[in-house]
Amino acid sequence: MRARAAALQLALVAAVLFVFWYVASNTAQNLEARKIASGFAFLAREAGFEIGEAPFLAYSAADSYARAILVGLINTFRVALIGIVLATMLGTLLGLARLSRNWLLAKLAALYVEVMRNVPLLVQLFFLYAVITENFPGPRDALSPLPGVFLSNRGIALPLLAPHAAHAWIGAALAAGAVLAWLLARWARRRQALTGQPFPVFAAGAALVLGLPLAVFLAAGAPFALAWPELQGFNFAGGANLTPEFATLLGGLTLYTAAFIAEIVRAGVQAVDRGQFEAAYSLGLPRRRTMRLVILPQALRVIIPPLTSQYLNLTKNSSLAVAIGYPDLVSIANTTMNQTGQAIEGIAIIMAVYLTISLSISALMNWYNRRIALKGARA
Amino acid sequence: MKWLRENLFGSWGSALATLGILWLAWTLVPPFVQWAFLDAIWLSPDSRPCRAEGAGACWALIAEKHRFILFGTYPYEQHWRPGVAILLLLALYVASALRRFWRPALALAWLGGLALIGLLMWGGVPGLPYVENERWGGLTLTLLLATFGIAFAFPISILLALGRRSRLPAVRAICIGWIELVRGVPLISLLFMASVMLPLFLPEGVSIDKLLRALIAMIVFAAAYLAEVVRGGLQAVPHGQVEAADALGLGYARKTLLVILPQALRIAIPPLVNTFIAFFKDTSLVVIIGLFDLLTSIKVALGEPMWSGFGVEAYLFASLVYFVFCYAMSRYSQDLERELERNRTHALKGT
Repeated sequence: MRARAAALQLALVAAVLFVFWYVASNTAQNLEARKIASGFAFLAREAGFEIGEAPFLAYSAADSYARAILVGLINTFRVALIGIVLATMLGTLLGLARLSRNWLLAKLAALYVEVMRNVPLLVQLFFLYAVITENFPGPRDALSPLPGVFLSNRGIALPLLAPHAAHAWIGAALAAGAVLAWLLARWARRRQALTGQPFPVFAAGAALVLGLPLAVFLAAGAPFALAWPELQGFNFAGGANLTPEFATLLGGLTLYTAAFIAEIVRAGVQAVDRGQFEAAYSLGLPRRRTMRLVILPQALRVIIPPLTSQYLNLTKNSSLAVAIGYPDLVSIANTTMNQTGQAIEGIAIIMAVYLTISLSISALMNWYNRRIALKGARA
Repeated sequence: MKWLRENLFGSWGSALATLGILWLAWTLVPPFVQWAFLDAIWLSPDSRPCRAEGAGACWALIAEKHRFILFGTYPYEQHWRPGVAILLLLALYVASALRRFWRPALALAWLGGLALIGLLMWGGVPGLPYVENERWGGLTLTLLLATFGIAFAFPISILLALGRRSRLPAVRAICIGWIELVRGVPLISLLFMASVMLPLFLPEGVSIDKLLRALIAMIVFAAAYLAEVVRGGLQAVPHGQVEAADALGLGYARKTLLVILPQALRIAIPPLVNTFIAFFKDTSLVVIIGLFDLLTSIKVALGEPMWSGFGVEAYLFASLVYFVFCYAMSRYSQDLERELERNRTHALKGT
């Protein structure tokens, strides 16, 4: 039996190695025949193509391929991070709306979820892109649903906070407030465990997190000025201007993923047993603390793992950018491959980046799962 | 009245939400109906009436291009062949959905059906001129990609799932490697890999066409995702079943084939159908590597100067087609889940 198992494994490993060797030798021969030098030396060469949007990192066609790919990576992270935040907010609202006692609201949320989940994201992206570029008016007669917000076929213009020196200090105060609130929560938990005396952690923590930045804000003379977008020539200047491609991708990813998150949130809340509510009430816990101490921790335990996989999906789906011309990692790597013929290296870069993201998130998830599992064991 | 009061005006917040939704419906639905139905141009050989002042949705685009959207660039006078192929596929889907047909003969029907479809599409026999698969397209290609993708990926996924739970470390490592690598990268990178790297992998002179390359990438992708679903089913089989099979002296093959897999796959059917839905939606990605599926033919139709600018209508129609297929599958999976659940509780009560 053991000998057979060893033989089987040996044969399998040999077969896999043979396939790899065969593929590698064919590839080497083909590359030689096509006079393509393998290796990553091409990254240092001049890219020679322009990129439509390169925030945070200045880029021009004279820069290297490496820099172009870095710009693509930044663009991927930019759309994925904003998309994750927006999709979580919208998805949570939709999930709670589906559980609403208001029949109309629940049905409307259910309809949204069914429609969005059963139409491919790529079709939704093409649809949104067609709406923005074909049906929105030109910048001169842009739609303005809210003051300072302009929708036109050149994208979406939004007001943006004008930068001020005090903003860095406000950010630092926010971080300090968060650290202090965390320490306070730890101290309060220990005190309650020892003496049984509760402490209004939530109120005090919120006061720290919000109050410290507010104090700095007021001390600096309340530097709150918005940069408003204004029509200049053929497009808007000032404020934040989202290109049609970015707006399409962000909107599509958010609306699509929110439908999946809504289902996860709904399932998470429904997974908490009714008896848990009743037990908390009969212990005399007020409603707010029931939610925070009893229901939410149990619902989150169900919600967090699938939620993380939705975040990963959103990040991977952001690669559909290539279909609508948003310069994300995949579409810039694709341009690079077409120009240099370095297909293997280009795809290796794409896969390495996404695998790094996926594997680090799942490592984080495993750590989190162990943590909540330990808590459960202690209780 | 009581229902209204409880479900729409239960509290101040609820009443406010109801009024808000009614107001939204009042402002949005009538203009949409006006645009999509009352003012719409349903039939027209060209786009002139659609571009007139006050014209609504231009459904004439779909009416004019419906053959192209269904069959792509398949030779016009041979369109009945992909037409019959679509009907055959639909018949196979429906038959597989009915539990009355869940028996070994169904597998034979699939084999025969797929062979017949291949014969119809390729031809090359007297009466059916040969049509190379470069010219297959439209909805036909979408359905074929999805069907053949699943048909090949499913058996591989079972092997991967069994391998991942195997006691042999080398087998386990290879299966985990495949599953995790593929699930960690976007499908589009696999499709790029198939379209630009696969030709480099083969010896000189050997080449495989674009459709097959894309299909291989889709199979590798689907197998990894399906394997995780099958693994979920395998884990849900009670351990007593394994022990009972061991006690009967069954070997690994018979234990797996006769005891474990039938139960595991039954448990896994609803999530499997959900994975099928995701895969069906993902076939639309082949537009990026230039394969001629449903979405590509709609995009190409829009590329003609005459019909350019009607993207909203065209993509609404595409959404509708995908929605019909996916929604049917998702309703089916929900109903089946409820039914299987009921059977299980009945069986438990019976013992």
